[in-house]
Amino acid sequence: MKHGKYPLLAAFLLPALGLYGYFVISPYAQAFVISATDWHGLSNEFNWVGLDNFKRLLSDEYMRNALWHNALLLILLPVITIVLALFFSSMLNVHRAKGAGLYKIIYFAPQVLSVAVIGVLWKEIYNPRSGLLNGTLRALGLDGLAKTWLGDPAVAFWAILAVMVWANVGFYVVLFGAAMQSIPKELYEAAELDGSSRWATLWRITLPLLWDTVQVAWVYLAILALDGFALVQIMTRGGPNFSTDVVGQRMYDVAFSENKFGMASAIGVVLFFLTLTITVAALRITRRERIEFS
Amino acid sequence: MTAQEIRRRTVLGTAAAATLAPAGLLAGCAMGSDDGKPKEEGQANAKNPLGVKEDAALEIVIFNGGFGEEYAKSHEVMYKENFPKAEIKHSAVTEISKTMQPRFIDGNPPDVINNSGAGQIDPGTLVSQNQLADLADLLNAPSLDQPGKTVRQTLLPGAVETGTFDGKTFILNYAYTVYGIWYSSKLFTDKGWQYPKTWDEHIALCKTIKAAGIAPWTYQGLHPRYMSWPVISTAIKFGGQQVAMNIDNLEPNAWTSDAMKQAASAWHQIVKDGYILPGSPGLDHKQSQTEWCNGKAAFISCGSWLENEQKAVTPAGFNMVVAPTPSLGSGDKLPFAAIRGTAGEPFVVPAKAANERGGKEYLRTMLSLKGAKDFTGKVSSLTIVAGAADGISLGSGLDSCVKALKDSGDKGFNWIYPVYYRKLERNLVDAACGEFFSGRIGPDEFLTKCQKGADEIAADTTFKKYKRSA
Repeated sequence: MKHGKYPLLAAFLLPALGLYGYFVISPYAQAFVISATDWHGLSNEFNWVGLDNFKRLLSDEYMRNALWHNALLLILLPVITIVLALFFSSMLNVHRAKGAGLYKIIYFAPQVLSVAVIGVLWKEIYNPRSGLLNGTLRALGLDGLAKTWLGDPAVAFWAILAVMVWANVGFYVVLFGAAMQSIPKELYEAAELDGSSRWATLWRITLPLLWDTVQVAWVYLAILALDGFALVQIMTRGGPNFSTDVVGQRMYDVAFSENKFGMASAIGVVLFFLTLTITVAALRITRRERIEFS
Repeated sequence: MTAQEIRRRTVLGTAAAATLAPAGLLAGCAMGSDDGKPKEEGQANAKNPLGVKEDAALEIVIFNGGFGEEYAKSHEVMYKENFPKAEIKHSAVTEISKTMQPRFIDGNPPDVINNSGAGQIDPGTLVSQNQLADLADLLNAPSLDQPGKTVRQTLLPGAVETGTFDGKTFILNYAYTVYGIWYSSKLFTDKGWQYPKTWDEHIALCKTIKAAGIAPWTYQGLHPRYMSWPVISTAIKFGGQQVAMNIDNLEPNAWTSDAMKQAASAWHQIVKDGYILPGSPGLDHKQSQTEWCNGKAAFISCGSWLENEQKAVTPAGFNMVVAPTPSLGSGDKLPFAAIRGTAGEPFVVPAKAANERGGKEYLRTMLSLKGAKDFTGKVSSLTIVAGAADGISLGSGLDSCVKALKDSGDKGFNWIYPVYYRKLERNLVDAACGEFFSGRIGPDEFLTKCQKGADEIAADTTFKKYKRSA
């Protein structure tokens, strides 16, 4: 059995690796090459411009503005989503709140919708005149809280952040829920006997034992925060007045509306290194001892 | 999946990317290789002035948007009547850029492209990258069914300017669009209101409309550039055609000229006095236009596609009509009737098209009186062919466009900077309009912000610059 193992492995692996290399790695690699040109994406003509595109990006205020929004997302999206997801899933799994099954479905529902549907749906909910949100606020007599939402630069970014959290929290409720199931019940029983509060149980028992999963969630959400393109493109296209612009939207505009594929690739390369750096950093910072349940 | 696995994947991925980079380039480069197709060419004669090769295949790509694709099929039948041996390949797509870009890169584009829609290829770049055929020979060829006239002579004034770059016409904009202020003539008749011809009348009417419980104005809040159109129109009517020319040519301080200042401070009044439907800044184009159709607002700025776009939600008897912007005062250089008319719906013949001559002949077929009448009848839109809408019954909106164009005569005006520098209108002026019409900035700041955008484009060497003198 031992000999002949490698040809068999290769037969299974190589086609997949080949496809991956051709359709995933090769475009990535080409983006690096294109980022050093002024290619317009309409002919085979281009000039080598070295690092010019990157130099331009450094002094581009729209790029800086977009980066700032991604940075805000990078901090806020994981924190808010993880805190909410931990709270919800500990309510559902540890404390067994009434109607837990129904809540699970409600939290997870956005997960089965595509991003495009979520974007269009929320655009209507945020409609300042006939939208659900302002309608509810007005019905409750809270007219003062009714806003133009996506039309107000002071609010639009937060409105989109809220949608991102809404769309993602369900997945982490389930993820954390699954991890919580594997925490031995005796630990909770012991904590209860000692008179530990719900908060203390979450903070001192659940969270430390979930750390591995939280870490993964953190990395996923950080990558998501660096993107954010789809929702922004559907809901605001970066407006009003660039208040919701993100790097992905910049890249899209530069590539498809200005036809500067060289510059757009440079933005892509910057985004690639940012994602890589942040992933590595997130993993280092959150690294802890692993706890084995035996 | 554990964090360790993710890290391993990332590291592996990066390593693979680094080592495979050269291999990837060899495997298939996105940037194309250098090979074109030989051109199909025939003998020119009186019946075939462009010298089309009779049996050469012709490939047409239509943007499947508001106009659909049926009209193109009848143009293709008309082409085939003249060239029965030609095989025509027709396709209709919604994402022109995504489907056509690879073919440009390959040097293998179709013979005619209807480069339209949100996913169009930036026209300025197509021109600056020498990807389009010069249409001069088509425009100077005799008209297909109007004897004694060249194609150029059969067109409405201003028909070719939007497709002309540094004196050469590369893009044929086939449909004729009228931009103005729209209202329901039924609403106005019912209430006994008169469309205002001067700015003072406009403001007085806004007051009356508001008192009647209707918002005088709404606008396409998430795409606020729609409101730049009445502002620039007002300025051009006040200061003359030079105002538009300076903006198009990116002249210094073109946006902060006296005419623009007068226009912006006039328009600021509808913001200041609360004449805009509350919540408008948060509505997109469909949402705001629907509020307007439902009688929540009296005026909206739009182009003549509005009637078609709102078909499904317009109440019966609404009778939408277009009108020019009110005159600022008696000192205006252009009369009240002057309206912005411009050719839209771009058709191009790629420079590397195999059957370039056939492509131009197809455009000549479209520009025949018969072809244009067929288009107007099928899609309810005007074309750049003069007189092609005569005798065809259109909706109230288009009827009003025909009338407005007639009244406007040779005083019509237009600006082209959105064609030259798409980003300037779509991103920069758009953002400034959003701030201005939601009341967050005043007229001076608004113009400064537009000027800043124009200066950025002017200073950016990655944009090819165009100048026009007429």
